[in-house]
Amino acid sequence: MKVGVVTFPGSNGDTDCIETLKLVEGCEPQLIWHKSTDLMGADALILPGGFAHGDYLRPGSIAQFSPVMREVARFAASGGPVLGICNGFQVLTEAGLLPGALLRNQYILFHCAWTHVRVSSNRSPWLEGVEEGTVLRMAVAHGQGNYFADTETRRRLVEQGQVAFEYCDPEGNTSGESNHNGSVDSIAGVTNEAGNILGMMPHPERSSDPLLGSADGRVLFESLVRSMAAGAVGR
Amino acid sequence: MSTPVTLTDAELREVALSRQEYDLGVRLLGRETNRVELGILGAMWSEHCGYKNSRPLLGMFPTEGPEVLQGPGENAGAVRLGGGLAAVFKVESHNHPSAIEPYQGAATGVGGIVRDIFTMGARPVALLNSLRFGPPDEPNNRRLLSGVVRGVGDYGNSLGIPTVGGEVGFSASYRGNPLVNAMCVGVAPADGLVRGLAGEPGNVLLLVGADTGRDGIHGATFASVDDPHASHKGVIQVGNPFLEKLLMEACLELLGSPHVVGMQDLGAAGLTSSSVECAGRTGSGVDIDVSRVSRRETGMTPYEVMLSESQERMLLVVRPDGVDAVREVFEKWDLHSDVIGQVTADGTLRVRDGVEVVCELPIRLLIEDVPRYTREGKPSAQLLERRERDITPLAASVDLPVEEQLLRLLASPNIGSKRWVWEQYDHTIGTSTVLGPGSADAALMRVRQTGEGMAVVMDCNSRYCLLDPYSGGMGAVVEAVRNLACVGAKPLGLTNCLNFGNPEKPEVYWHLKESIRGMSDACRALGIPVVSGNVSLYNESEDEAVNPTPVVGMVGSLPDASKSVGIGFKEGSDVYLLSGGGQPTLGASEWLAVLTGEEAGMPPMPDLDAAARLHDVLRTGIRDGWIQSAHDVSEGGLAVALAECCIAGDVGLATSEWSTGADPVELFGEGHGRVVISVHAQVSEEDLAARIGDSARWERLGRAEGKHLMLGKAAPIPVSSLSEAYESVLP
Repeated sequence: MKVGVVTFPGSNGDTDCIETLKLVEGCEPQLIWHKSTDLMGADALILPGGFAHGDYLRPGSIAQFSPVMREVARFAASGGPVLGICNGFQVLTEAGLLPGALLRNQYILFHCAWTHVRVSSNRSPWLEGVEEGTVLRMAVAHGQGNYFADTETRRRLVEQGQVAFEYCDPEGNTSGESNHNGSVDSIAGVTNEAGNILGMMPHPERSSDPLLGSADGRVLFESLVRSMAAGAVGR
Repeated sequence: MSTPVTLTDAELREVALSRQEYDLGVRLLGRETNRVELGILGAMWSEHCGYKNSRPLLGMFPTEGPEVLQGPGENAGAVRLGGGLAAVFKVESHNHPSAIEPYQGAATGVGGIVRDIFTMGARPVALLNSLRFGPPDEPNNRRLLSGVVRGVGDYGNSLGIPTVGGEVGFSASYRGNPLVNAMCVGVAPADGLVRGLAGEPGNVLLLVGADTGRDGIHGATFASVDDPHASHKGVIQVGNPFLEKLLMEACLELLGSPHVVGMQDLGAAGLTSSSVECAGRTGSGVDIDVSRVSRRETGMTPYEVMLSESQERMLLVVRPDGVDAVREVFEKWDLHSDVIGQVTADGTLRVRDGVEVVCELPIRLLIEDVPRYTREGKPSAQLLERRERDITPLAASVDLPVEEQLLRLLASPNIGSKRWVWEQYDHTIGTSTVLGPGSADAALMRVRQTGEGMAVVMDCNSRYCLLDPYSGGMGAVVEAVRNLACVGAKPLGLTNCLNFGNPEKPEVYWHLKESIRGMSDACRALGIPVVSGNVSLYNESEDEAVNPTPVVGMVGSLPDASKSVGIGFKEGSDVYLLSGGGQPTLGASEWLAVLTGEEAGMPPMPDLDAAARLHDVLRTGIRDGWIQSAHDVSEGGLAVALAECCIAGDVGLATSEWSTGADPVELFGEGHGRVVISVHAQVSEEDLAARIGDSARWERLGRAEGKHLMLGKAAPIPVSSLSEAYESVLP
């Protein structure tokens, strides 16, 4: 299965994604340059972390004008699995492919740490077969990861099972303390209505090796391989 | 050429040249300089570029060794790793800019050192920094601290290079003049290192990256005089990490290109020093037309273009028939490049503005003829009195329960947790950080290509160096080696950043000279080559020098990154103290400073032979798996080391036969040869004795268990109280 990882000029998590995917059986990762309009036959796409175009304006806001993004939107509309990690999540919200926005962290500063997230809904090819309520230990590193959506949107997200992850403590309880960046309702990741597009602030690719602190994030890539093999992704 | 000028003292001061130096320049040149030439001469003869006070002393450092691939003199040093790879590294200061504008000063400091590394053809994989500020309870120092930390973080985070280690220290001496030293480590193919070479006449000079503006003119000379606030306002550069990221990726994409002869980043003294250094290394000349340099502003003079320190610029030397191919790579990354001149055979820096020649100076004059000063150094009577003071009565005046003393130390700025700082740095990007900040004595990176462990550390105890620069310099080296040994790594090479005051003052010169002598002796004894470095002098405010701060940056390796340990005790393991020479002392200790307010007494003297044997034990024990954690005993002594091991492991220490009293020397004394280890409970004492042999003394302290730290007869202290004190320091 081919997984395309998009490189914007200021992406810096692209190589980490490639290196991690190499270790997942059934994944064949490849880089896609942001000026390209050829997805090279990718079966799934990842928009990695970084600062896509420097992001001196709102993070991810310029990336929607990169030529590749039209193809990403088309791919996603046809049901192809897309994962936006950190800056990739910001890009997806700016491009209107995911609901909500990412604001500056509650305590203003960039924050790099290990956190826990709870799988709140597994209605996505990236989480298929992962039991809801599962707690994953994951790396976070961002200055603007404070998720916001209005009340009506949040109600819809919950109803339709679009809240994929919530920040929590190691036991799976959400609280002000575990919600390190102040996201509304502790939301750490959301999907689109169909579930094929997932955006998340934590870094599964940095949390896929026990020697580096956690291997919990690998479950996303393994789920993807499983759901693709099962033909569960409607493209 | 314009007509010669007669210069006033003020004009000479502006370019940081003395009248004698100018006269020497005129004599060597055989004529007076014009204004452009004067600016160029001043920059290249500044302390910052020309090392005129430090060069004679730097000759003491050993710079050779079997693992050295590149010693001092290039953009960075390089040592051999396994698997045909090289570690490329250097440290650089950005003290003066950070004193004025902490955010941009620190950010551009990171930008500069990163360029030094990718210029060598290495992909940067780790950043570290060594920061010093005045006491954090004063608002201005907190402003500087928070600005510097944000600047370091934002720049490194944007580039996607993890910031994994370093140190933050506080002392009143840094009040008006903080120290901001940044170190970068990169990995390159050992046979693919790129040098800053001009090569054959006819080669083309390509200037890439940012347009050139008026920012930072005279940065090099500004860093070579002693009051940054008074002298040169408006010299601060502004960083653009996105542009640097593009430059880095484009330059790395050009690796192995047959068209590229040399690369050189533009740092201090901008286009002047970069072109002169490239030419100097190959005995060539360069011919530059400033009218071809793209500018940010209108009306810039040749003088301004040649001395601008606008950031994020690179000079490439390219073979004439490869220019188009090279420019194509930069265009892919949306980078602008200008052909600004060419390499010549006549050994001259010739600068034109269109058809007019505005400068013609021999390269030799700018590099080899830099004046060198050897001065007389001497400590002041006041300093000697402080050092020789009997601190026993002072120590005896401390009348607090042991547990209270420990909590006070844990909550003091130099010892307390720096979590608030390093959580602002992305330290997990790159998926290579095995031991990150707060978890071990050195940061440990896994080399992506080979799985080898690369350990990196920065160290310096400036109080030791103040009171006794020889043993202090030695101590900075030994502590760095010990920290590497505590994660199981052996040292490969050293870089340093020598931060001192005005060398024209006898005491400052004495500090500089003695520190270098101490570092050199330690390097020689332990077999560590010095492969790169940086000197930052004139760090003063209100006529007072900063504490002498010769910061050591060290890179080491271990064969398998997964066979390493952190400082946290493993529950159920046995805890031992290993000692390898030297007696602990309260002289110059953190305990004395925190509890009595005095910085006095003689600092500890390292025993280099004993240290080497101790380090061997650590490396072997960690490799073979019986040492489960290791932490060196440094600031705050044994009690603080034990507390840190408990906090990191989230487990207590139950002492058994260890029956220490309340002797502060034993609990809080500092020395250079002690390490706390936790050992697998299956290893008996007899077994341990056999494994260690004569290599170190050892003493069992107890077992890692429960939720309290028991320090001999002192009342048990809950680990949660230790943690609370430790985490209370910042912000």
